[in-house]
Parts: sequence; structure tokens; C-alpha cells
Amino acid sequence: MSEPFRTEAHVLGSPTDALEARLMEPVAGVGFWKDAWRRFLKSRMAVTGGVILILVILLTLFAPLLTPYANDQQDLAHQLQGPSFTHPFGTDLTGRDLLTRTLYGGRLSLAVGLVATAVSLLIGVTWGAVAGYKGGTTDNVMMRVVDLLYSLPFMFFVILLVAYFGRHLVLLFLALGAVQWLTMSRIVRGQMLQLRGQEFVTAITALGASHRRIILRHLLPNLLGPIIVYATLTVPAVMLEEAFLSFLGLGVQPPNSSWGLLAAEGASAITAIHTAWWLILFPGIALGATLFALNFLGDGLRDALDPRLRNR
Amino acid sequence: MGAFLLRRLLATIPLLLAILALSFLFMRSAPGGPFDSERSVPPQVEQSLRAKYHLDEPLHTQFLRYMGGVLHGDLGPSFKYQSRTVNEIIAQAFPVSLTLGALGLAISLVIGIPAGVFGAVYRNRPADYGIMSLSLLGISIPNFVIGPLLIIVFCFTLGWLPAGGWGAVNQMILPAITLGALRAAYIARLMRAGMLEVIHQDFIRTARAKGLPERTVIGKHGLRVGILPVVTYLAPATASILVGSIVVERIFDIPGLGTFFVNSALNRDYTMAMGTVLLYSTILITLNLLVDVLYAALDPRVELR
Repeated sequence: MSEPFRTEAHVLGSPTDALEARLMEPVAGVGFWKDAWRRFLKSRMAVTGGVILILVILLTLFAPLLTPYANDQQDLAHQLQGPSFTHPFGTDLTGRDLLTRTLYGGRLSLAVGLVATAVSLLIGVTWGAVAGYKGGTTDNVMMRVVDLLYSLPFMFFVILLVAYFGRHLVLLFLALGAVQWLTMSRIVRGQMLQLRGQEFVTAITALGASHRRIILRHLLPNLLGPIIVYATLTVPAVMLEEAFLSFLGLGVQPPNSSWGLLAAEGASAITAIHTAWWLILFPGIALGATLFALNFLGDGLRDALDPRLRNR
Repeated sequence: MGAFLLRRLLATIPLLLAILALSFLFMRSAPGGPFDSERSVPPQVEQSLRAKYHLDEPLHTQFLRYMGGVLHGDLGPSFKYQSRTVNEIIAQAFPVSLTLGALGLAISLVIGIPAGVFGAVYRNRPADYGIMSLSLLGISIPNFVIGPLLIIVFCFTLGWLPAGGWGAVNQMILPAITLGALRAAYIARLMRAGMLEVIHQDFIRTARAKGLPERTVIGKHGLRVGILPVVTYLAPATASILVGSIVVERIFDIPGLGTFFVNSALNRDYTMAMGTVLLYSTILITLNLLVDVLYAALDPRVELR
């Protein structure tokens, strides 16, 4: 571990005039975020993940500029064509350009990932913060609930929910977000318990700040690191679940496309008569690369923002 | 230990009750019902159907009736397959899913544990990098992408294995690999991390100092503690295998419980869907309990409270 802090012993080790002069200057402190940024840049994997992710986001955002076709533009004269110069990813059963559909599909997949993560953040952070801050019986009961929920097959409930109440995107966001908040609440609660006993909290309480203000203004900002890290790791989990549901026909509905839906179409296009391998391979690569990038980014952020969270 | 088991078992009762109540509420507040199909049924017939399945009674009576049945191990009649009970369907389809899941889990353990130990022993050498890169790849590719790709390669290109169905051993190979791949990759990573933490501890040095062969040091002393993260992961792994098998069953055309579950949810076959959820919840809760006990058995430092 080579910490970028300038220690006194370091400086005093070679007492030259120049150094003495520098000792007199005020040393610019290395803030938490600056330090984290340095550590982040050192991790090659994390930076690679970040770059891939930015690239994917840009590609999906600028999809209309990148392909001459519309997302749902059928061309029955060119069905199931393999990758070529005009259709780099090939075409599907109704002659739609797969590259176009993959790019547009990425928009929905990423959107689901982000929104559902936001939902899980809201629930998980609130739950964990209240439990950790209140402590005692409240904490006990709230965490017992989390323990119990951990042992439930949540995806089955989501399937029931989506199948019963219709396949709206909003419902999908909410349901997937509601499934993923348990770990977040545990992390926030653990950190909260640690912080609560510290002197600055006693000081603020003595000054008469309300609970709400203490939690929102003074405690949660201290937890930003772990929260960001875990949120980054939640995004790929949620995206995978969306893909899973869409694959079963319970998620995103045509004519919209998402990577899971494209994979489903690809899987059903494989028959003994024709194996249109590109239909499953390219959406699979797009999804895989994005999940890969997000996982790496999360791991790198964890090392940068909160080394203590390692191996949790 | 006894007190621990008792307390945990008692805690599962309200949980299972809550699951029952929740899924019951879900299905009764959902629009539509099991008998509105594409073919419209005469009102008298529907009336008598509703009466036959007690759907005309007040909600709480229905709930109590259902719960009474469940307590006797009776999950009720299926609303869609009208001549069969949920118990019969589960008895027929669950063994298929169970076999598939057990094979998937076995594959993931048999590949994941040795790969992880190997990676830890040869850490930061080419073999380790190779294993870890492979496992990262495995983690990032969803099983519904791996499955079809395996079919293309092994069924339609090489022609070695059948693309679907269930029963013969050669029909089980590809589904089990598809189901186990992701978990194998994850277990390899957990195992490696667990082993790395153990390898530097004092009791390992003691074992080496005693002159035990490296095989025994790693395989017996190290593995026993290093495997703990994997043991903890067993319950979530099973949960994800249950969910994953839904997709695998669909890809390979396997008549397992996952397929029945999705169909029953879509067809509003309430009793069938609830029965499956209840069965899977019970399995997972039991497994979580077992994992805790196993954990304490493996690591003498852990105390059950």
C-alpha cells in the first residue's frame, strides 16, 4: 500500500535547506475524493471498466447517428442475413438491422438498471439509516426483517407481480428495485452504527439538531463512499434481472427492445434448419461487456472509496 | 445448538405465514381470473366453476380454507389443469427441476472449488490469471446466452448432443453446464479469496512446521476454513439456481417446475403459482438454516446463538 500522504518522517529524513523551506509552506491537504480518484486511476481494471461503460453509453445515446435504419424498420427482402458490410450484426427474422436494435436495446437495458437501482437505493438507504440510527429494539426488529427477507426467492414474487399486474415498464422498475435493497440496507446500517457513537454526533445532538437533520446532513454524507460502491454493483445485478424477465417474455415488450429481449428472439431463432448465431451472439456480447464493465467499475470504486468493504 | 435450532424454526413460522398471505393477496388483487380464457364461458358455467373452487366465498374464508389445506400438505386443485391437483403436478415436475438443479450445483462446486484453490496456491502466476479471467468471463455472460450458444456448437454444428428434452443422460449435459457455469465462476472467485486469507494464518504455518505434506496442509487444514465463504454462498447459489433453472428449462425444453411456474403465473393458475412459491421458499429457508449449522461445524470459532 503506497499511500500518497506526505508524512513528517519522510520529510525530516533528508533535512536540506530546500526541504526546510518547503516545510514552511502550507501543505495542500489531499482530500478524500482526490485521494480516492488517485487510487481509482491506479486500478487498471476499474479504469478499463469505466471507459467501456462510457463508450457503451455514448454508443446507445448516439444510436440514431450511427445507423441509417430505424429501430423497428422491417425489410422482408433481407431476412436472417449474416453479418455483412451493410448489416454489421446481421438481420433478424423480419429483416430488421440487429446493430440498430442492439444499440436502441441498450438504452432500455441501461435505463432499467439505473432507475431500478435508484429505487433500491431509496429503500435500502432509508431502511438501513433508520435502523442504524435508532438502534436498540427498532434496529433489532428491522434487521430481523431483512434477515428473513434474505431467504425468500424474490424473483418468483417479481414474476408473479409482473404476470398478474401487466408488463408496464414502471412496474418493472419498482419491482426490480424493491428486490435489491437488502444488502444496501445492511451496509448502511452497519456504518451508521459506527458513526452514531462518534463525538461529532453527540455535539450536533447537543446543539439541538433534529434527527432528520443529523441523518441527512451529517451522517449520510459520511456514507457516500460505500453507498456509491454498492449502487454501482447493483446496476449490473438489476440489468441481469431485467434481461432474465425479458427473456421469459415478462419484461420489456416488443416493438421496444432490450438486450434480454433480443437474446430471447435470438434463442428462439435457433433451429435445426438455420442457426442464426449472430442473433444471440451480438446482444449477448453487448450485455456481457456492459455487465463486465460495471462489475469492474464497482470493484475498483470499492478499493478506491472504501478499502474496508473488500471481500464483503 | 438445540435452542438455536428451535428459535430459528419458530422464526420461520411467521415468515411462511407472511409468504402465504402476501401471495394470496397478490393473486386476489390482480385483475382477471383463471377462468377468463379466449373462449367465453356461459355465466352459469363460470358461476358453478367459481363455486366449485370456492371463489365466491369471502376472502378471509378462502384464505383460511387454503391455509388449512396447506397445513395438511394439500396445495389445492390446479385451476388450469382441472383434473389434477397442484400436489400431483409438483410431484411430477419437481424431480426434474431437482435433478437439473443438483447437477448444476454439483458442476459449479466440482469446477469452482478446485479452480479457486488452484488459483490461490499459484496466485499471480499465469495459471491464476487464466483461471480468474475465465471466471470473470463466466460471471459476465448470462445463462440464456451461454445455453443457445452451446446448442449451436454442440447440437447443430458438431451434432454431438441433443438440443432438448429430458430423460437420457446426454440430454442433461448441456442444461447442467448452462446452469452451473455462472455459479462455478463465482465459487472459484470466492474460494480463491477465502484460501488466500487462510494461507497466511498461524495454524497453516503450524501445519507446515509439523512437516505435513503440502497436499494435506492445503487440502485438509486450509480447505476447511477457506471454504467458509463458499458455504455461506450455498444458500444464495441455490436460490439463483432455482431462478436460473426457469430459463434453462425454457431453452432446452425441459418439463420442470420452472416452466409450470411461469405458465401458471401467466394463466392465473393461482394455486399452482402459490404452491411453487411456497415450496421454493421452504427449501430456501431450510437451506439457510442448514448453512448456519454447517458453518459452525466447520469453523470451531463460530458459535450459534
